[in-house]
Amino acid sequence: MHLAAALLQVVLWHAYRAGEEQAINQAVAEYNALARPRGVEVRAVPVPFDAYNQKRASAIPHGNGPDLFIASHDGLGEWRRDGLVAPMRLSPKAPDFMYGLVAALSDDGKTWGLPLAWKSLALYYRTDQLSTPPRTTDELFAAVQGHYALAYETGSFYYHAIWLHAFGGLAIEARIDGSSSSTIRPRLATREGERAIAWVRAQAERGRLPGDASSTTATQLFRDGQAASLVSGPWLLGELPASLPYAVAPLPILSETGQAARPYLTVEGIFLSARAQHAEEAERFATWLAGPGAITRAVAGRQLVAWRAAWEDPRLRGDTVLAGFRAQLESTISLPTDPVMGAIWEPAQEALRKALRGDLSPHDALVGADRRITLALAPPPPAADPRPYLGVLALVVVLLGVWLARRKPSEERGGGLAPWGYLSPAMICLVTLVFVPFALGAAMSLFHHVPGPNGGRFVFVGLDNFTRLLGSTEQPIWDPLSFYFTLLVTILWTAVNIALHVTIGVGLALLLRNPLLRLRGMYRVLLIVPWAMPSYITALVWKGMFHRQLGAINALLGLLGIAPVAWFAHFWTSFAANVATNVWLGFPFMMVVTLGALARIPSEVEEAAILDGATSWQRLRHVILPLLRPALMPSVVLGAVWTFNMFNVVFLVSGGEPDGGTELLISQAYRWAFSPGRGQRYGYAAAYAVVIFLLLWAQSRLSRRLTETEA
Amino acid sequence: MKRADWSRIAIHVALVVAVFVTLYPVLWVVKLALSPDQGLKLSASPWPTELSFSNFSDVLTSRTSDGRLLFVRQLFNSLVVSGAVTVVGITFSVSAAYALSRLRFGGRQATLRAFMVSQMLPGVVSSIPLYVLLDKLHLLDRLSGLILVYATGAVPFCVFMLKGFFDSLPKELEEAVLLDGGTRLQAFLYVALPLARPAIAVTALFSFLSAWNEFILAATLMNDPTSFTAPVQLQRYVGDFSTEWGRFAAGAILVSLPVMALFLSLEKHLTGGLTQGGVKG
Repeated sequence: MHLAAALLQVVLWHAYRAGEEQAINQAVAEYNALARPRGVEVRAVPVPFDAYNQKRASAIPHGNGPDLFIASHDGLGEWRRDGLVAPMRLSPKAPDFMYGLVAALSDDGKTWGLPLAWKSLALYYRTDQLSTPPRTTDELFAAVQGHYALAYETGSFYYHAIWLHAFGGLAIEARIDGSSSSTIRPRLATREGERAIAWVRAQAERGRLPGDASSTTATQLFRDGQAASLVSGPWLLGELPASLPYAVAPLPILSETGQAARPYLTVEGIFLSARAQHAEEAERFATWLAGPGAITRAVAGRQLVAWRAAWEDPRLRGDTVLAGFRAQLESTISLPTDPVMGAIWEPAQEALRKALRGDLSPHDALVGADRRITLALAPPPPAADPRPYLGVLALVVVLLGVWLARRKPSEERGGGLAPWGYLSPAMICLVTLVFVPFALGAAMSLFHHVPGPNGGRFVFVGLDNFTRLLGSTEQPIWDPLSFYFTLLVTILWTAVNIALHVTIGVGLALLLRNPLLRLRGMYRVLLIVPWAMPSYITALVWKGMFHRQLGAINALLGLLGIAPVAWFAHFWTSFAANVATNVWLGFPFMMVVTLGALARIPSEVEEAAILDGATSWQRLRHVILPLLRPALMPSVVLGAVWTFNMFNVVFLVSGGEPDGGTELLISQAYRWAFSPGRGQRYGYAAAYAVVIFLLLWAQSRLSRRLTETEA
Repeated sequence: MKRADWSRIAIHVALVVAVFVTLYPVLWVVKLALSPDQGLKLSASPWPTELSFSNFSDVLTSRTSDGRLLFVRQLFNSLVVSGAVTVVGITFSVSAAYALSRLRFGGRQATLRAFMVSQMLPGVVSSIPLYVLLDKLHLLDRLSGLILVYATGAVPFCVFMLKGFFDSLPKELEEAVLLDGGTRLQAFLYVALPLARPAIAVTALFSFLSAWNEFILAATLMNDPTSFTAPVQLQRYVGDFSTEWGRFAAGAILVSLPVMALFLSLEKHLTGGLTQGGVKG
């Protein structure tokens, strides 16, 4: 260990998993064997993919980040804007790498990263159904009869873009002349965009491709031979069994236009962190990994490596599958690196799904998406003058002081310092780690966050975030993203959940009440299992159970002869899936609380009722339930607060699908702050949080008043 | 048969149905964990059809790039963090709860309200200031930072439960100590505290669980996989392009089993502990 501490350590972050993770570890180990004698060591740190963007953005400006990170190049514009990435001093020779890959990582005459590998879609086709790769879509459709000719994730804009490109459209004007990003205007509602969607719909209606397939479904159809070809990327290679007869070829030419269906190209690069501690050694390793290290990555990880010389290796030369992707490479469109692109995905995807489902015409759906994108890219509100606000603040402080001074003395006064001795540890922690961070966070609601280096700037905008939020100025009130829509959903969610928790919990407790019931202990233990299971595991399991094609719920419905339901495609089914998960998660708590309360109802009370000749129903209705009510009230209030703020279930089960409609206030706030494409609007998210808090606080005052007047 | 027999049968039928619905997802996880591949399979039956432990061994033998055991280490982290949170959380909240229950002083109502209010603060916006704060305190990427944050989060609920319990204890015993010339601290330490043991056990369980199950803050505040807690690692199996369901399920079982055992063994005390006084001021 002493020796290890003396080594200069280069830290590398990546989000690889499975085979690719093993390959990178193997490559790093090879490099370390060479570098350790020089006193240098590279440490590869895997980061959860979901948290990758957020971690990079929070860690690097604070100097807690890595020296190097591996990521796809489309984030480059954002990292440059936010000052997360530094240009490298070396200049790679473009011919050493495959077609166009160095160019994707260079800009303004600087090298922003070295290409490691690339990813793009291509056509997987079953060699038992198609003897030669189809050159055109007509050829493909003519060759396959009776089942799907083609399958892919139709609702994903990344996949859909192949057709958009074949019709001659682009989601975003490519930056050719180095113009500044503010001039780039995405426009989805074009003739090409509409034609592309209409074309896919027409093919789906003719049964040539499944109109609502997820990537899992599409893969499954292809594996089962129900689809003769599949559009997918190199990440699928590890999932297909070796026995499957397939090959990979470039995407076909769209017969309607005579142009090739071109996929987006993502270049996986290794980038130098702006706060790298050992930049020189980091670049040295990057050069090695992009170059000689490529062979390990290609052989062990089956990456499409960028290093041209690696393809001369006999193990790669004979690989026909990799050759298919290689042939596709020259007919790709590099994914734009402009941060503007981040604002396009979500609206484009929603519009695509709405139009494919037939909810809207392609034109209306795309116009709606353009409106949302324009809004997301709108210039920040003008800075407000803080003086009036400071004046109001001073006035509030003065009034508060006057009120405190003139308050009539309560019966509890004094008490000396002793009570605070008992309370101080808890209070100090609570204040520093809960109240102060929240107050700081809440204060952000008066600011607008402008992304930029060192975490960006905060511009004081006064109550602008609140007027936008409460005035619903950015979207109509019935839009799923409007505050009022989300509020309504949240209230409904809380009411339905609490009603079901209490009904099921009390019902089961009443069934279990009789102490002489056989197996009582066993029933009780088994029924509280959901409480003991970690809630995020529960949520992910239920998400799997609601899976459209492979989930257990649809399998159960199938046994009853009911057609499978696309749970997350419609508001009410998606909402129901969330509720089912949360009810399963929450009823044991109410059951246990009720059992405790029941145990403390004196048996004399019930015996008296029996003597008076009350039936069991009358005893329940007029004796037990009235006695339970006050005992359950505090738990119901607390449960309501927790349900109102239940982030895990909604975030992990429905993820807000469809179109953000099932989002709760708390998860909506999170999305505005952290979801890519919503512009890191911390101020807006903070306004959400402040409003959530005020709502809960008002509700608790109200319920306190209610219980007090009853008592 | 008599009417009472029928109603007894009806009760059992209802309970068996409830148990089946409750256990269905759990069995489903077990089935996924025991099947050798990573995909979902369309099937309504929750009974395992295959018996392979490859997922468990994959998860347990996963290693860092320099060859150290990863998941085992993370389970250990989880254990350390949750254990410390329990000790710290209980120490802080038992004294606070006692003061709030027994002593009368100015600011008591306000303090109680502050604890209640802390439950209503949406944590989402606090995460960025919290990150900066922990960075300034040099507690970032350290288990000690995580322990403090979790313990603080657990305190309000523990205080409510313990205060309810102290409220329900007769005051006479402690008053006898005070009359005999003992101090309030002695009355607390030697009379009230020993009596509160069952309530403390339940409260400890909740603190432990809350720390054991948390993953969002852990994912934000920790950078190094060797200092991750186990839930963060599980989240990694559920990635963007493909989900390793088999490994996820195996990991989920490994993470859930200890807490479920603990939970179910303390189950008898739950009923009493939770409702002793509720959360009223």
